[in-house]
Amino acid sequence: MKTYEKIVEKLIILSAAATTISVALITIFIFQSGLPVLAEYGALEFIFGATWSPTNGSYGILPLILGTLSVTLGSLVIGIPTGIACAIFLSEILPRKAARAFKSAIELLAGIPSVVYGFFGLVVIVPAIRNFVLPIYQVFDSDASATGFSILAGAVILAIMILPTIVSISENSISAVPKEFKEASLALGANKMETIVRVLIPAARSGILSSIILGMGRAIGETMAVLLITGNMAKIPGSMMDPVATLTGTIAMEMGYASPTHQQALFAVGIILFIIIMLLNIIAQFSMRRLGGKTG
Amino acid sequence: MNKKNAAFYGFIGILAAITLAALTIIIGYILMNGLTYINLEFLAEEPRRMGKEGGIHSVIIGTLMVTGVGILIATPIGIAAAIYFNEYAKGGKGVAVIRFFTEILAGIPSIIFGLFGFAFFVIFLGMGWSVISGGLTLALMVLPTLIRATEESLKTVPMAYREGSLSLGATKWQTIVKVIIPCCKPGILTGLILGIGRAIGETAAVMLTVGGSLRVPTSLFDSTRTMSVHLYILSAEGLSREKTYATAALLIIIVLMINITANLISSRLGGTYGN
Repeated sequence: MKTYEKIVEKLIILSAAATTISVALITIFIFQSGLPVLAEYGALEFIFGATWSPTNGSYGILPLILGTLSVTLGSLVIGIPTGIACAIFLSEILPRKAARAFKSAIELLAGIPSVVYGFFGLVVIVPAIRNFVLPIYQVFDSDASATGFSILAGAVILAIMILPTIVSISENSISAVPKEFKEASLALGANKMETIVRVLIPAARSGILSSIILGMGRAIGETMAVLLITGNMAKIPGSMMDPVATLTGTIAMEMGYASPTHQQALFAVGIILFIIIMLLNIIAQFSMRRLGGKTG
Repeated sequence: MNKKNAAFYGFIGILAAITLAALTIIIGYILMNGLTYINLEFLAEEPRRMGKEGGIHSVIIGTLMVTGVGILIATPIGIAAAIYFNEYAKGGKGVAVIRFFTEILAGIPSIIFGLFGFAFFVIFLGMGWSVISGGLTLALMVLPTLIRATEESLKTVPMAYREGSLSLGATKWQTIVKVIIPCCKPGILTGLILGIGRAIGETAAVMLTVGGSLRVPTSLFDSTRTMSVHLYILSAEGLSREKTYATAALLIIIVLMINITANLISSRLGGTYGN
């Protein structure tokens, strides 16, 4: 019995270590597969090269980085105000029962697979941009790309996809602000709006910030939705109507037919993506922990 | 002042309404366009001409197999890890490090899992594009979800249960197996269901590890295609409007059912121990 339990205990410890081992293995294999190209091609040239044309042997990922960046920033511009507004609506305005229903609706939004978002974007958002937004835009810029596959389309879909992250974490941190803060503000004669804007949001800012960083991480890492609607043109974009290729989309699309060197280059793209996401996640975790210490 | 107030609440209300509208429109649009094409033929027939015609039978089988393998591998490990965190670990640096990496694993994007699965399972371990490569990759991806859900429910088991069992002479392991885990069944089940939901919807990682064969897989080492990969290929290549909508609608229905079930179980769980 005793030895049996000891074996079980060892197995449990091993299971607990599984996630750590996985992260280590993932890091090792991504770097091992991508580093040769980075070393041979030159890391700086790889990152700042303006031409991504694997068939001609030029692996500059600047267009991909700018593609990812523009789509992500666009989604944040739409997603941050909407997400924070929803969080305030949930924690301060809606009655508790209605808030719970609203919250499960938003959780449903998080459960929809990204490829479904991509398909929706392809059949609804892209044509909508082509038919309604482009004609207006073309008044100012007659050369605008006319397909609808664009930074804007990607930003709209990504904004919807990162909402659940921003809303749920922001809502939690607004709700976690001690009651006394709110009561003191109201007792001093501030109305509800002033209390929300001047007291609750500043007090919850580190949680809100973490939610934004995590949302940003999700937007940068998102693949399938972006792949279907941004057009996948590895060119440096000039306007939000231009098609772009992202880091993730390029990996997903080209992996299937890539030659060995091209494949290594895609792994190198993975390294860059991996580093960006890791940094964001680590920042988010630390700012979240600070939040935990403050209110707890 | 009142005008300012009205504008503020109006702004918040409108943005919240837009969010709800987005959800309703996405789900409603796909169901309305897709439901009519889901019928017995679509579910039971094999795809013909790259999926342009026929059904998605082999794709459903592929989805079940890949998801099943992933969940079967992840479940024991996930539950054991949660038990370690909640029942064995006594705080300290080691546990903090493991927790940190669990969060990191949860934040890694699926395309990176795909690259890893391709480099490690498909190439390095020589499993090729197969059900097992995809399943193992998915197992890593759902592990954090499972650990978190199990841990949450382990925390709700009252200390008195453990003390009661130990004082009756049961060993720690007997207490865990016979007292604590039975109490946590709903929580573990919720985690499992959410994990299944994530696994079914996963596309990028699966695409790089299972290949894309439309034949019915007969062994774990066969290449196959899951529903989400099928949806991607259909929509990217514009093969058939009808089949694409039907696949998307079926995926949404499955995912909605999974989420609603998980919600029901976890809300029932909330009442189990009074407070």
